[in-house]
Amino acid sequence: MDLGFLWEAVQRIVPGVPVTLQLAFLSVFLGLWLALALAIMRLSRILPLDWLARVYVFVFRGTPLLIQVFLIYYAAPQIPGIRSTWAWIYLREPYWCALLALTLNTAAYASEIIRGGLLSVPRGQVEAGRACGMSGLLLFRRVTAPIALRQALPGYANELILMVKATSLASVITLMEITGLAHKMISETFRAIEVFIVAGAIYLLLNFVITRLVAALEWRLSPHLRRVPHAPPSIDALR
Amino acid sequence: MRKVTLAVAALAALAGSLALAPEAQAQARQWQTVRIATEGAYAPWNFTVAGGRLDGFEIDLANDLCRRMNVRCEVIAQDWDGIIPALVAGKYDAIMAGMNITDRRLETINFSRPYAGGPHGFATLKSSPLARVAGAGTIVPMGEAAASRAAIDALRTALRGRTIGVQVSTTNANFVNEFFKDVATIREYKTTEEHDLDLINGRVDAIYAAHTALVATMENAQFRDMTLVGPGFRGGLLGRGVAVGLRKTDPELQALFDKAITEALADGTISRLSVKWFKTDIAAPQS
Repeated sequence: MDLGFLWEAVQRIVPGVPVTLQLAFLSVFLGLWLALALAIMRLSRILPLDWLARVYVFVFRGTPLLIQVFLIYYAAPQIPGIRSTWAWIYLREPYWCALLALTLNTAAYASEIIRGGLLSVPRGQVEAGRACGMSGLLLFRRVTAPIALRQALPGYANELILMVKATSLASVITLMEITGLAHKMISETFRAIEVFIVAGAIYLLLNFVITRLVAALEWRLSPHLRRVPHAPPSIDALR
Repeated sequence: MRKVTLAVAALAALAGSLALAPEAQAQARQWQTVRIATEGAYAPWNFTVAGGRLDGFEIDLANDLCRRMNVRCEVIAQDWDGIIPALVAGKYDAIMAGMNITDRRLETINFSRPYAGGPHGFATLKSSPLARVAGAGTIVPMGEAAASRAAIDALRTALRGRTIGVQVSTTNANFVNEFFKDVATIREYKTTEEHDLDLINGRVDAIYAAHTALVATMENAQFRDMTLVGPGFRGGLLGRGVAVGLRKTDPELQALFDKAITEALADGTISRLSVKWFKTDIAAPQS
């Protein structure tokens, strides 16, 4: 393997990292709020809202992200009149189309993760909170949300990693992120193996950092699962 | 059958890597089946019709050439952006996909003699201010520096601040990147079909492609607002004509293709197929 060429590939592909990370984090951040709304709709016990959220999740989980990207990018401009509205300012750009597709997609998955987290909060904890006089938002902020977050975190980390990789689909609508730049370089140099190895290694590195960060957060949020450091028995205790 | 050809290919590769005597290599490679890759998304050169069947100028030509070479042909579809690496990797034996001979490609693969040519140029929407750029119908040879410079400068002025769509890794992309990168935004697409769609969708202001492909697109009702703009360009960094791409290790297959193309040019078959598919004769010169 030609080390000089590998290094050239690194130099040409690394400029795509900011686009990849932006797409991944922005879509996960925006998708989180939509997911929260969907999860609350699911748990609201208001039938129309519940069903609306169910249908949304069914559609976006049940169809390939690639098709969603294509549909948003190529079908949206065909909607009559859309090109004279403000929406076209965004839909004209491949970046916003990709971000929209990724956000809508991750919201569907994340809403189920959040719903699972909320359902996993032990009833007793909520009752204990109520007994202490907490209710509504205060109860949610102090009791429900922290427990749900801790339960949902491993699943959510999965989703975050999946999203970093899913951004590679943005290359099909001309966005030059990691995979887009790799494809371009392959089609110019005709050397697929080295370029794909470099692109794969960059994704691996990104996801390694992300998994470490999430693991650190998980550790911070679960002190109750760690063994209490016990002090050596003191003489006082034996008296 | 496929397994047999694969086995033959593997054996041939093994023989090659063991650096046997040239006679032994020639014996190992008696061409009976030739697998030819095309893009299948570049009408009317090659495209995919309902049911996944391939059709177009190069499909007809491939069948004709294979008859002349006395080999069995298998024409398969392969994405453009991986078409050369997969040839080198041995997934098929030849490329017929509107591919021009360029120095860059010659570093990696060989080409037969050219079978077709034809100008390349811009297209835009009739409603666009760009549509007023002069020069439509004329052909500018890239070899003539003064003429091509003047034509390109006129286009550079018109395209300042605009967005140009072009297919990735083509001579067209080289052309646009060479002359317009500093004045316009260039967006590279995987297929020409995708930049055609983005032109009528209003995402790009102009596209640059082979005139043959642009004219074929404009025949669809959906694209009737599209129009050619500015002169056609040929030669120079646009390549030295469209030819069959081959591995450097298959000189005997190259000889077969060269002979068949020479015959098909001489008896007018390529001109006939060109008129059938492009409505104009873009067969390569005979000598």
